[in-house]
Amino acid sequence: MKLLIIAGPPSAGKTTVARQVIRHLLLKSKVSYFKIDVVRAFEDEELKKEFGIPTRKVYSGDLCPDHTGIMVLGDAIDWAEKNGSDFLIMESAGLCLRCSPYTTEGLGIVVLSAISGTNTPLKMGPMVSLADVAVVTKIDLISQAEREVFREKIKEVSKSMDIVEMNAVQGTGVQYLMRTIDSLSDIDKDKIELRGMAPLGVCTVCIGKKDIGWQNHFGVIRKLDGADYLYRGD
Amino acid sequence: MDPEDIDIREIRILPGTKKNGEKEGYDNIVIVPGETISIVGPTGSGKSALINDIEMFARKDTVTGRTVLVNGAHPPEEYVRDPSKKPIASITQNTKCLADLPVSEFLEMHIKARKMGDVEDVALKTIELANEFVGEKISGDVKITGLSGGQTRALMIADAVVISNSPIILLDEVENAGIYKDKVIECVKRFRKAVVFVTHDPLISLMCDKRVVMSNGAVEKVIKPNGEEKSTLKEIMQTDRRIDIVREKIRSGESIADCWQLFGQAC
Repeated sequence: MKLLIIAGPPSAGKTTVARQVIRHLLLKSKVSYFKIDVVRAFEDEELKKEFGIPTRKVYSGDLCPDHTGIMVLGDAIDWAEKNGSDFLIMESAGLCLRCSPYTTEGLGIVVLSAISGTNTPLKMGPMVSLADVAVVTKIDLISQAEREVFREKIKEVSKSMDIVEMNAVQGTGVQYLMRTIDSLSDIDKDKIELRGMAPLGVCTVCIGKKDIGWQNHFGVIRKLDGADYLYRGD
Repeated sequence: MDPEDIDIREIRILPGTKKNGEKEGYDNIVIVPGETISIVGPTGSGKSALINDIEMFARKDTVTGRTVLVNGAHPPEEYVRDPSKKPIASITQNTKCLADLPVSEFLEMHIKARKMGDVEDVALKTIELANEFVGEKISGDVKITGLSGGQTRALMIADAVVISNSPIILLDEVENAGIYKDKVIECVKRFRKAVVFVTHDPLISLMCDKRVVMSNGAVEKVIKPNGEEKSTLKEIMQTDRRIDIVREKIRSGESIADCWQLFGQAC
């Protein structure tokens, strides 16, 4: 089985890109789709209805969504294999810019909306820098100048990035993404690792404790003076 | 073909298929630098799909099944994938400048991305050219988001000509934006650019060197004016100038009661 992990900020067009990819993959493969979100998500129901493929979602609730994704990825792979799928598509919630959900073995796709401002690629840290492919959506809505600058900024973050400009609604440009997807090899579940260090200290803030001040927390804490990270607890 | 080679001698559009599966009714449409082409036809007749084919350098991989060749061959992939290598600038009603920057800084951002020298000089030249296309002059220190629709279009066309140096410019229904279309046509000829207008404007359609007529998703025919429309065109140009006079009067709050006396000067 092959693994695609799609990340990107909310409303960038992640699901629309996923939809185009699924449409192509289904011509000769079986696909399972998994969505991680925080409070509500509808993408799994929409895609199940549209393509009749196995879909699933998980709500992260008080836990950080990328953290949830990392925790459940093993189970999700087992689920997709049990479905007899050739591809598992994991779509992230796309909120936190400090970590990235991409793993070794799979393809990391970041979806960026061209209308989000030319400096956006620079602001998104590992969500951009650790991806293999950057899909730029909504390109028909911005000026030529901004389109070129947007691309330059992505290259500034990652020189080797494969950039695919796509009008995801029409599907133009999807063939270049499919070329990369077609060249993927199968994953080895035992070898999968996160690409980046996830700054996901499982602290008491992560799990929903609302108190302020480091004195009230366990896990990775930080004081104002001597701003090093400390670990408190077992 | 070398992607750096932007010496485009011609773009050739080969026919695809109609909705009923038949071949389209033309042999090929050739676009050469300095030439203007209009694409006309009712809403939903396939005008934007034709523009999309040109922009994507279709190779039977779009819904229409058309093929678009550059200098007789399939162009390199960079032409489609990298907007800074693409020899086509597309400006539509949807195209917006979103950056919250003054005009000159916006242009300088583009010029620097293109790694051109003389940043300030090129920006000034671009603004100068844009000002040929509009009545209300654009100033470099005005925020780009504060420009009118017409000023924005004018700036994008000037940007495509001066900074992108695109040999081909696609203009999708920009006539509503209030730019001097005859100035745009004159300019593209001066700079040896090819321009494709998708348009409902009779004057633009008639002023173009070729007129591609669309119907039901396919090219119906290609009309090359042979001079017999000349007298009609002359009349329409005169009417257009008269409307310009009236428009300016109305915009400045004046009465148009005496406009008819000025109509003689518009001949």
